[in-house]
Amino acid sequence: MYDLEKMRFTKTHEWFRVEGNIGYVGITDHAQKEITDVVFVELPNLGMEFSKGAEAAVVESVKAAFSIYAPVSGKIVKANSDVTKDPSLVNKSPYEEGWFYALEIKDKSEVDSLMTYKDYEEFIKTGAH
Amino acid sequence: MEKLIFEMSSAGRKGYSLPKLDVPEADLKSLIPPGLSRNTEAGLPEVSEFDCVRHFTRLSQLNYSLDTTFYPLGSCTMKYNPKINEKLAGLEEFAALHPYQPDSSIQGTLEILYETEQALSKICGMDGFTLQPAAGAHGELTGMLIVRAYHTSKGNPRKKVIIPDSAHGTNPASAALCGYEVVTVRSDKAGRVDLEALKALVDEEVAVLMLTNPNTLGLFEKNVKEIAGLLHKAGALLYLDGANLNALLGITRPGDMGFDIVHVNLHKTFSTPHGGGGPGSGPVGVKGHLLDYLPVPRIRQKRNKLTLDYDPKKTIGRVRAFYGNIGIIIRAYCYIRSLGWAGLKDAALDAILSANYLKARLKAHYQPAVDDEPCMHECVFSGKDKKEYGVRTLDIAKRLLDYGFYAPTVYFPLIVEEAIMVEPTETESKETLDAFIEAMIKIAEEAKTDPALLREAPHTTPVRRLDEVLAARELNLRWKSSGA
Repeated sequence: MYDLEKMRFTKTHEWFRVEGNIGYVGITDHAQKEITDVVFVELPNLGMEFSKGAEAAVVESVKAAFSIYAPVSGKIVKANSDVTKDPSLVNKSPYEEGWFYALEIKDKSEVDSLMTYKDYEEFIKTGAH
Repeated sequence: MEKLIFEMSSAGRKGYSLPKLDVPEADLKSLIPPGLSRNTEAGLPEVSEFDCVRHFTRLSQLNYSLDTTFYPLGSCTMKYNPKINEKLAGLEEFAALHPYQPDSSIQGTLEILYETEQALSKICGMDGFTLQPAAGAHGELTGMLIVRAYHTSKGNPRKKVIIPDSAHGTNPASAALCGYEVVTVRSDKAGRVDLEALKALVDEEVAVLMLTNPNTLGLFEKNVKEIAGLLHKAGALLYLDGANLNALLGITRPGDMGFDIVHVNLHKTFSTPHGGGGPGSGPVGVKGHLLDYLPVPRIRQKRNKLTLDYDPKKTIGRVRAFYGNIGIIIRAYCYIRSLGWAGLKDAALDAILSANYLKARLKAHYQPAVDDEPCMHECVFSGKDKKEYGVRTLDIAKRLLDYGFYAPTVYFPLIVEEAIMVEPTETESKETLDAFIEAMIKIAEEAKTDPALLREAPHTTPVRRLDEVLAARELNLRWKSSGA
């Protein structure tokens, strides 16, 4: 089970779940509702390195294509092939089965700079999108 | 619903009759090398000519088209395609040309192409044009190849292309296809390129910035001179995506603002058919320092003779077979010559007036993306205040079909939530604009009183709401007979 209180969030609507020195990345429930039905997901290859804020994956809905940014810097260690086979998982289960990739965290202090769930809820309410 | 032509097929029925052979008959197998001929039937539909004509006429009547319906597709400039363009481009002297004819026998056509290059150069304030790219995105790619060739000749092709977050999606795609890393610059609160953010991004690894002006919010980018200055100081170039040139014709010129390269869309600004009625054409213009890189062939004038020159040393090479979509270029030439400089300016002014009229009459019912200043040739609304009724922009767009209008561009630009982007163009009458406005106002009312009506729209079209999600997830484009 996921615990939103223990997860971190970005202004670009990614969630970040830390397990040891690995972090899982997906998009929030708010984001999946906004972009509507996801029809295509493109994931990074294992071993690719991204710096914080770099485009690491792409999701496409019937509306448009959207970039998924790396919440923190790191190297890709896992990619969720289930979600490329069945993109609807992003809509059905954004926080669990709909995860995109996991990366090895390079700098733990970058995690602390991300928003908490409370911050994120506040961020959505203030009209940012 | 109309059947597919394959479903109308009847084995052995023919839509043609051929005269008697006037050459010796030969076995097909003796003419086609082994391994290249197919082993199974091609499975082509077999219908009479009459059934074929009726089928396609009926299909055309089921569709929305520019010649039947107001088509306010934002950033697409769906203006009237004058019939005189069709008539002149259809003259046998143009239509029956062969691309391998010697230059000496096509002097008239070359003169039209040459004059079109000159006219576009004058309209855009550039020093030279190529007419070869076959569409807007193809023009962008040609432009990016020129950028790369230019920087490479200076010793470093550079790495990055800066693109605003309001840009057409083709911009980053063209830059990436050309091997560049795309860097996004955000828009400021007023909806224009954020100058401070841009300053932080420009360095010696930036090859070019691709700007759209007016931008996709329908706003004129006022700071082009500053933007050009920043880039030029770092040795980088400035590119104009000319998709929205319709708002500038005869009023101001990209070349005078500091743009080094521009692509224009003949199928938008210059009234040639757009979309299924194409093909398109995306000429690219450059300033003097980039002339040598233009694709070949170039048209040269020597002693009153026009020739095609394939030999420039620094050219990026060919981007298309022969010299582009000639028939389309001839149509655009007719348009430019029919309107003249003053007429083109009137077109731009009327396009801007139409968009502002729509915006002024609709703003009480739909929230404009930018409220505190006039727009240029298109206006963007946000459907986000309709979400409280359980209605989204897609539902509004579908409902418009019931009122007999083609839907505007929706969900673009991406920086506007639930965007509705309307471009009326100068060729619509006030009565047409009023009818569209009335329909939009009715739909805004329906969103409050009967939201399900919108969510289930369209109700009157040959097919109802399509399952776009299923279509995208399980792509199936080929008809197969149930027996096969």
